[in-house]
Amino acid sequence: MTSNHEAAPAPVVLELRNAVKSFGAVVAVSDGTIELREGEIHALIGENGAGKSTMVKILAGVHRPDVATFQVAGEDASFRNVGDSKAAGISVIYQEPTLFPDLTVAENIFIGRQPVNRLRLIDRRRMRRDAAALFAELGVDLDPHRIADGLSIADQQLIEIAKAISMDARVLVMDEPTAALSGAEVDRLFTVARRLRDQGVGILFISHRFEEIFALTDRITVMRDGAYVSTHQTAETTEAEVVREMVGRSVDQLFPKEPAPIGEPVLEVTGLTRRGIFSDINLVVRSGEIVGLAGLVGAGRTEVARAVFGIDRYDDGSVTLNGTPIPPHDPQASIDAGIAFVPEDRRKQGLVMDLSVARNATLAVRRELARMGLISASHEREVAEEWTDRLQVKTSSQSAPVSTLSGGNQQKVVLAKWLATEPSLLIIDEPTRGIDVGTKSEVHRLISDLAGRGIAILMISSELPEVLGMADRVVVMREGRVSEVIDRSDAVPEAVMRAATAAREEVPA
Amino acid sequence: MSTIVSPEKKAARPRWQNALLSRDAVMVAILIATIITASAMLPRFASPLTVGFLLIDVIPVLLIAMPMTLVIIAGEIDLSVASTAGLTSALMGVLWQSGQSMVTIVVLGLIAGLLCGALNGLLVAGLGLPSLAVTIGTLALYRGLALVTIGDDAVADFPVEATSFVTSKIGATGIPVVMIGALLIVLAYAVVLHMTPFGRGLFALGFSTEAAKFVGVKVDRTKFWLFVGTGVVSALAGIFWTLRYSSARSDNASGLELAVVAAVLLGGVSIFGGRGTILGVVSAVLLIGTVNYGLRLERVSDVVLIIVTGALLIISVVGPRIAEGVATRWRGRRLRARVSPTSS
Ligand SMILES: Nc1ncnc2c1ncn2[C@@H]1O[C@H](COP(=O)(O)OP(=O)(O)OP(=O)(O)O)[C@@H](O)[C@H]1O
Ligand SMILES: [Mg+2]
Repeated sequence: MTSNHEAAPAPVVLELRNAVKSFGAVVAVSDGTIELREGEIHALIGENGAGKSTMVKILAGVHRPDVATFQVAGEDASFRNVGDSKAAGISVIYQEPTLFPDLTVAENIFIGRQPVNRLRLIDRRRMRRDAAALFAELGVDLDPHRIADGLSIADQQLIEIAKAISMDARVLVMDEPTAALSGAEVDRLFTVARRLRDQGVGILFISHRFEEIFALTDRITVMRDGAYVSTHQTAETTEAEVVREMVGRSVDQLFPKEPAPIGEPVLEVTGLTRRGIFSDINLVVRSGEIVGLAGLVGAGRTEVARAVFGIDRYDDGSVTLNGTPIPPHDPQASIDAGIAFVPEDRRKQGLVMDLSVARNATLAVRRELARMGLISASHEREVAEEWTDRLQVKTSSQSAPVSTLSGGNQQKVVLAKWLATEPSLLIIDEPTRGIDVGTKSEVHRLISDLAGRGIAILMISSELPEVLGMADRVVVMREGRVSEVIDRSDAVPEAVMRAATAAREEVPA
Repeated sequence: MSTIVSPEKKAARPRWQNALLSRDAVMVAILIATIITASAMLPRFASPLTVGFLLIDVIPVLLIAMPMTLVIIAGEIDLSVASTAGLTSALMGVLWQSGQSMVTIVVLGLIAGLLCGALNGLLVAGLGLPSLAVTIGTLALYRGLALVTIGDDAVADFPVEATSFVTSKIGATGIPVVMIGALLIVLAYAVVLHMTPFGRGLFALGFSTEAAKFVGVKVDRTKFWLFVGTGVVSALAGIFWTLRYSSARSDNASGLELAVVAAVLLGGVSIFGGRGTILGVVSAVLLIGTVNYGLRLERVSDVVLIIVTGALLIISVVGPRIAEGVATRWRGRRLRARVSPTSS
């Protein structure tokens, strides 16, 4: 499949060995090792908090390792800052790129090193031409003239990649780039990645999705608890093997929902319409039932959830919970009524990143926490501890800012925060995005458990196996409408995909 | 785990130790040290007279700093506070001349403050305008209104009972009676910020409006009431100012907004929002008051006082950064030293 299986392996372009990085008393990486060759795609995998992102930040020059042997292209390297790392030919693409929204695509690519003409002024024409050439090289169709604001995350990542190439990057590091992408966008990213690999770029790829890892990469390095475990040729290992190494035990990949008695309707949505976004949405979720909301990215699933919870307004229709109408556009009223909403973007919506774990975990119950209007700090801590313990959140302390937790542990804090409200309806948007295998089945078990205790669950997920494994009923949306409702017994991947993509006339009534 | 390093597995510090190391504790320590130094070096410093003058001096800044702390923690700012105080003062003068009773005057003054705050709140929360721009605008507007109200005149014939009340002391302690009221306001703001669901929401709001919305914080309504709060308290400060100096003028309290913001920031409130405590701010207000008073006893000119306040502010921002940098380097060196014998 790849050019890498020849007798002589390609030269090593980057080598970081025995790296140690601690933050105060927390040792994020205790013995990190990664070796990247030219022209290979190398996966770095490990559980949430294993230290992957910390390794990336060492390579990026964001963190200085306490101890490490570090070589780039055979020469000793020691980065004092991000600039040093860039100069050494390392480019890092984070899950959420940070473009300047008011500048054009081309300006973003050449920011800080714009080509100049004879008058020492910025040569816009050349900049656009170069940007267009880069996109042609990558085989993507993007307009260099347009303003970066409003571009999808996938497009923004491609711009970052174009920027990396224009700086002659020898190493491209991607930290969970696919977590927020749709299937087609992932395919496009992979095409670009393979093209770069064939040009000799070494790519380090981090993901929690094994289909992607096995489809794309040449080698896999496993980390556990901040330390290097092993490196495999992808073709010579199996998912089960690397998972065992990651977790230290074998894990059931999917945890199917356990049967639970299904009761009265909890959530009833009738004729919900927001002009231009979604229209005439009818939904019922009963107690003990998990309803999966499936569809392509952009089908309007998140928008419906936001409107139900009251973040956005809607033009028409009604929402009732246990028979009581929920006032529109009032999240506090929704929370009081017993709706919990785990949003898709935990960094911006789910958490206040600079606030402590305890404060985040209790933010949604801050009103219930108060006795006679006052919150006591010790009570707050107790409640926070109770829920973060239940979800086994890994943190150095309750007062650590939640931003210092690994991605998966942050997601657990979001769940803890909403479970603390003891809701009767849990809306959960992409519950396992960025979560490792072990935790994923834990989260599934948890959701199933909640349903077992009579909570109604509306789950939005782009991962088909997750929807099919967990949902009692699958509501498929397409272009802002419910295109089909499929029962668990009939829910096979083909049926869901057809309902998500097919033209409406072809869908059987 | 690792073969070469036994990680520093020390347990997290006990809570009281954390409290002692916090920025607030440092502020309080510096305040106490300053007071002790001043008492030792300046013969006339440690006396009831000092207590009285010092506290009376800091009351306007202390008062306004309370709502300002909340506003800045929520990620906004209000620069119109001093103008609101000035407008209140001007209004008092005109009302007194027209023969209103003291009670009516105070009530109307507070209502004026409330309206000033409500206008700021409407512009910021209702129309979504940036508070920096809005309150720079109303800073000029309210000061202008003050001038229109009272002109270039000064009204100075306030009743002696009123003026002597605001400067009266509790027995021989030297503590002004109005300090009790000020303390109640400080306490109220401390409770609201640190112990209520509303306060919890403010911190969330200051860091991330979006995340705050998802837990039901009513962003617009919250901001509106914060600005109403600064308006009313600024009016209160304006009333105090007028009676203390027994002088109602349109330029009363001018420039006070910067003293307030400086004290709030020195007290550890982040200008970007989300971080800060009332204890820190109160310590900072008293610290600036003490330093200024001490220097003034030594007949140091006002220009130097401003320089000192500015320097304190800069040190308070730069100091922790330097300390952190030193600590990081130190830790790294220790770790490397422990590792080097075993690793190649
Ligand atoms: N700035 C920091 N301060 C304190 N602790 C930190 C900091 N950054 C990371 N950590 C800790 O280091 C550990 C490793 O975190 P890291 O983000 O590298 O994990 P990860 O492998 O990327 O996990 P995920 O898959 O969840 O993204 C975690 O326990 C985390 O809490
Ligand atoms: Mg990570």
